Amino acid sequence: MASNFSIKHQPGFTAIAATCFVVLYLPIIVLVIYAFNAASSTSEWGGFSLKWFQSAYQNTQVIDATLRSFQIGAIAAVLSTIFATMAALATTRTASYPGLTFKYAAINQPLMVPEIVTGVALLIFFSRIKIFTGYSGIGYLVAAHTAFCIPFAYLPIRARLENMDLTLERAAADLYATPWKTFRRITLPLLWPGILAGLMLAFVISLDDVVITEFVKSGGQDTLPTYMLGQIRRGITPEINAISTAFLLLSVAIVTLFFFVSRKRD
Amino acid sequence: MPDKPDRNAIEVVNVSKIFGSGEGQVAALDKVSVSIRENEFFTLLGPSGCGKTTLLRLIAGFDFPTAGGILLYGHDIAPLPPFKRPVNTVFQSYALFPHMTVADNIGFGLEMLGKPKAEIKARVAEMLKLVKMEALAGRRTGQISGGQQQRVALARALAPQPKVLLLDEPLSALDYKLRKEMQIELKRLQHETGITFIFVTHDQEEALTMSDRIAVMSSGKILQVGSPWDIYDKPAERFVADFIGETNFLTAAISGVGNGKARATLKSGTTIEATVAEGFQPKDNATVVVRPEHAKLTKDKGDLSGTVENIVYFGTDTHIHVQLDSGEAFTVRQQNTRSAGCGFERGDKVGIMIGNDAAQVLRD
Repeated sequence: MASNFSIKHQPGFTAIAATCFVVLYLPIIVLVIYAFNAASSTSEWGGFSLKWFQSAYQNTQVIDATLRSFQIGAIAAVLSTIFATMAALATTRTASYPGLTFKYAAINQPLMVPEIVTGVALLIFFSRIKIFTGYSGIGYLVAAHTAFCIPFAYLPIRARLENMDLTLERAAADLYATPWKTFRRITLPLLWPGILAGLMLAFVISLDDVVITEFVKSGGQDTLPTYMLGQIRRGITPEINAISTAFLLLSVAIVTLFFFVSRKRD
Repeated sequence: MPDKPDRNAIEVVNVSKIFGSGEGQVAALDKVSVSIRENEFFTLLGPSGCGKTTLLRLIAGFDFPTAGGILLYGHDIAPLPPFKRPVNTVFQSYALFPHMTVADNIGFGLEMLGKPKAEIKARVAEMLKLVKMEALAGRRTGQISGGQQQRVALARALAPQPKVLLLDEPLSALDYKLRKEMQIELKRLQHETGITFIFVTHDQEEALTMSDRIAVMSSGKILQVGSPWDIYDKPAERFVADFIGETNFLTAAISGVGNGKARATLKSGTTIEATVAEGFQPKDNATVVVRPEHAKLTKDKGDLSGTVENIVYFGTDTHIHVQLDSGEAFTVRQQNTRSAGCGFERGDKVGIMIGNDAAQVLRD
């Protein structure tokens, strides 16, 4: 049915939308295209080639940083999801009480405090610990990533819990299930899509982090993003484009998986 | 019900439930006591907020009384968590587990009780048959209709053979026809299983048609407990008379109280025989109630006289609203016949005959 009045159709909306999409996607498209450049320039096209992917794959520093990123991401994602699940259960499976909103804010702190502040704070804090313990391993990065990933894992889990009918758990208790059995047989299976979504989101966020990692890492602890940043300082080759393209593909794959997992069982 | 043994399944003793604290305190239940007999279909009836659901939740164990005890065959279960009470609930929203099949839902309680697999299987099959759901045993609960979900919820709660089955307005989400069907179905299930049912509803018609006994509740108190017949024909208080069915309230002077009967002198000067509510205290102006179908309209002089104000046709019967000469309002319900109208018109001067044993004196 044709309508003369619709808030969806107003002058300029189409142009604004088009501009936004161009600004968002054109640079990425250009980046991907030059990943396949045969020349060693990121602005002049010299024919199609896969050599920069090959050189990135043979660059031990890249492989080393990638593996470290995955390692930190995996551990931080699992830990932060466990903590986030516990936090979500504690903040939704209870009647509202004074101070609950404050707890939400406290859990979501990393979303609100500027990363640079957290980075500086962790740098000072961890350096003290380093002096006392002498430990300078990857543990600091894992701890930092776990902390700032918690709210990202928490949000989808909490959303899932809030949509879950409390009477289901009550019904299980009524049917002789102890609290632990109720959790294992009812709450956890129904919460699972939320937990998986939280896990993947946390992993992607950890993989992507630059600011906090830059402050917390010790020498030789580059993750893929901090390695790339270091390379760019020394001048850009299409190798960076190739790494970015691979990184992009991985993110798209994870987000797609995330989408299908969260749709399943609904 | 003559063949029901007089053993009590549940005894609620002086139970109070207070929500909140300090100034915002609300007493959802105020020193409630009631006994529910074994094998009985017992209904808690009242408007929303009267405390009926709170009482059910206390029996189920989802909440704990502030004071008082709840005895199940003589044992106090009030402090026990829900999973330690041999009592099961049919929820208003059904609360079926969406990630399990119909059969797994029904078997859940038995599984939690640690019954052997073979026994669970046999019992689930028996339950599926009882609620006529054999064909849908393997379905997810999201793939069946509301009426079918209702049957699964019943089967799930009955499967562990609870000592008492609690039903929290289970029919309210169904449409009219299905509700009528399920009312009959519930009565059949109760009869076949012999389990004590405690049913919560705000629907007075549902309560009257299904129950062996009804407790009428208002503002956290039980006002009257009795058979549907008692509750309808011999209401004790104004609230009960008003909440259940339609009724006429008349002011009268009461004399000769004795043996549950009395003489009521109405404002018109006529004196009629009436039954008296338990706990009636003699007073100047008592209230007498007469159901509209227990009075008759006549063109001659009756026990009361007045003028026809309005005539409302209902299909099976006609309601004739009369303004009495005393100033009070009175409604008469008259059965319709096919061939003729009700025989009265607006403005007619009429008399009202109150039948023998039609009047009840309230205690408040």
